[in-house]
Amino acid sequence: MSIPTSSIEQVIPKQGAMAQPSAAARRRRWRFVANGKAATGLALVAGYLLLAVIGPWIAPYEPDARSNELLQPPSAQHWFGTTHLGQDVFSQILVGARGVMLVGLTAGVVATVLSVLVGVTAGYLGGLSDDTLSALSNVFLVIPALPLIIIVTSTITDAGDLVVALVIGLTSWAWGARVLRAQTLSLRRRDYVEAARATGESTWRIIGFEILPNLTAVIASGFVGTVIFAVMSEITLAFIGISSVSSWNWGTILFWAQSQQALAQGAWWWFVPAGLAIALLGTALALINFGIDEFVSPRLRSAGRARVRTADGHVVRMRVGFTPVLARPATLPPPRPRPEVVTPQRKEADR
Amino acid sequence: MSEPVLEIRKLCVDYGLGDEAVHAVRDVDLTLHRGEVLGLAGESGSGKSTLAYGLTRLLPPPGVISGGEVIYHPVDGPPVDVLSLSPARLRDFRWAETSIVFQGAMNSLNPVHKVSTQLLDVIRAHEPGTTRAARLARARDLLRLVGIAADRLDSYPHQLSGGMRQRVMIAMALALEPQVVIMDEPTTALDVVMQRQILGQLAELRERLGFAVLFITHDLSLLVEFSDRIAIMYGGRIVEEAPAGELYRRALHPYTDGLLHSFPALRGPRRELTGIPGSPPDLRAMPTGCAFHPRCPRAFTPCDAELPLLGPPGDDDPGRAVACWLHPAAAAVPR
Repeated sequence: MSIPTSSIEQVIPKQGAMAQPSAAARRRRWRFVANGKAATGLALVAGYLLLAVIGPWIAPYEPDARSNELLQPPSAQHWFGTTHLGQDVFSQILVGARGVMLVGLTAGVVATVLSVLVGVTAGYLGGLSDDTLSALSNVFLVIPALPLIIIVTSTITDAGDLVVALVIGLTSWAWGARVLRAQTLSLRRRDYVEAARATGESTWRIIGFEILPNLTAVIASGFVGTVIFAVMSEITLAFIGISSVSSWNWGTILFWAQSQQALAQGAWWWFVPAGLAIALLGTALALINFGIDEFVSPRLRSAGRARVRTADGHVVRMRVGFTPVLARPATLPPPRPRPEVVTPQRKEADR
Repeated sequence: MSEPVLEIRKLCVDYGLGDEAVHAVRDVDLTLHRGEVLGLAGESGSGKSTLAYGLTRLLPPPGVISGGEVIYHPVDGPPVDVLSLSPARLRDFRWAETSIVFQGAMNSLNPVHKVSTQLLDVIRAHEPGTTRAARLARARDLLRLVGIAADRLDSYPHQLSGGMRQRVMIAMALALEPQVVIMDEPTTALDVVMQRQILGQLAELRERLGFAVLFITHDLSLLVEFSDRIAIMYGGRIVEEAPAGELYRRALHPYTDGLLHSFPALRGPRRELTGIPGSPPDLRAMPTGCAFHPRCPRAFTPCDAELPLLGPPGDDDPGRAVACWLHPAAAAVPR
């Protein structure tokens, strides 16, 4: 099982082992996508990204354009209905996707880069730099992000998406940095890192080649988590009416729906699409996160059947210590001729 | 030969399900007799440990038992089919009837609990009626049994040396006086002096307590000395089974022969150390016929096409079995 492929070829060249590497390599490359959760999440996020790019072009109306069809329920002209000013909700959703994705991804990248820099450096270097950087991230950990964002965005007069993204990114890296620092602390004394140090590799090469690859999963899930947080923050800001009203995002739609009492008026089409879009994006990102977890730690993998039917007809969950006994399936090599073993004991043992 | 205590019949163990399953142990027949030491040897990946964990149903997912029987014969009472025990009965059965000393047993002790806590825990779980004083006395006896002073009961694992920890593990395995003790490379991590000491102690304990041992190791030289019978595994099957002395003197299977020529003898005439070329087979793509034929120095016509079955070599001694076309009587049932 842990036999390297190369050695197999040497031993059994006639067994068609030559064809294996390319197929195996291909399988390895696509294994992440082959995971159902990851594939679903990636497809959904790709859809959102596509909307973010082409949304404003394919929107059937200007999101601000008023019309005489006030508060219309969904129809052929207005797929998601209209607002109290006769604006098309579908267009608002499409145009709003760009802002949401831009803020989410930018903030995610900023926060991830910062957390890697601070966390890994603190964890690997130790000593005074560790103390300083840990103190810094502790400070940022206790800064309440949302109020700070509210203050910053209300101070800067024309705070666009980018400013919001930067503020969210600059305030939300501390948690990731703590996690990465802890993981780095446990990695830096592993034998292979010590070996790299002993052979005289430079600090940055050790961090880049020995430690960072082992942190990939933590970094990736930290990124996904920050994106979710950033999207939620931005939508919250828009919803409570902090960010600029000139640009559209899903929070702005919710803000207007709330302020015009859409619920009381029975205008469900006004807030349900935006809410669903947010929920679906959050779900997609969470699915990617699960996918990363399972990809990195095969023990979590629920791919394949975790439940099996045993010889005595029960369906049981596979778990350590109670290895299931399968009913012999027909796909196995046919049983070789053998003298029939009659076991009268078995009946007694079943009692 | 005495009566059997553990009978394994046609045991098959897979990793994974359906078409992706890797057949790690195939059609293994093995009988452990009361009070004997049965050695199980083979290369890494030959299925030794999988067999041991399979027959005790300790394999973690995705391991499954895909066929066969494991029959345990208690001292008194009817035989027990281990593979059909319910989880609750399996819990009772383990440790009390068969216990296991794990690979790297030194790390199996919990570092934050005293040795006594861990020893008493077992006894309390299986014999809840006993008093604490009685359990403590028992734990003291157990430690003395394996040659550790009883005042070591209050030590933490890190205060013991590797050999002592190993002996504590053996004491734990013997805590409920099981009939079968499975030892999965119990001495691999120890130096030879300690190895010898522990094995000597084990042999002595077996004389006294009369349990049977299934001893798994890749160190055949150890087995030749220590065990009564030896079974050699290759590619998930048993390829040869014989009394230890006979196996050493006259190996029938070329693989056994290769193993025996991989370590030097202390006495006797000088002989060439040969080893075995190549590496173990990929269990996902097993060679056709005999699994050993790509590496076998004496492979001939039927080897790459037909699978030899384990059987008596025909000519003489009844205590032996081999699966090789060089001893065609062994493969009495060709297809």
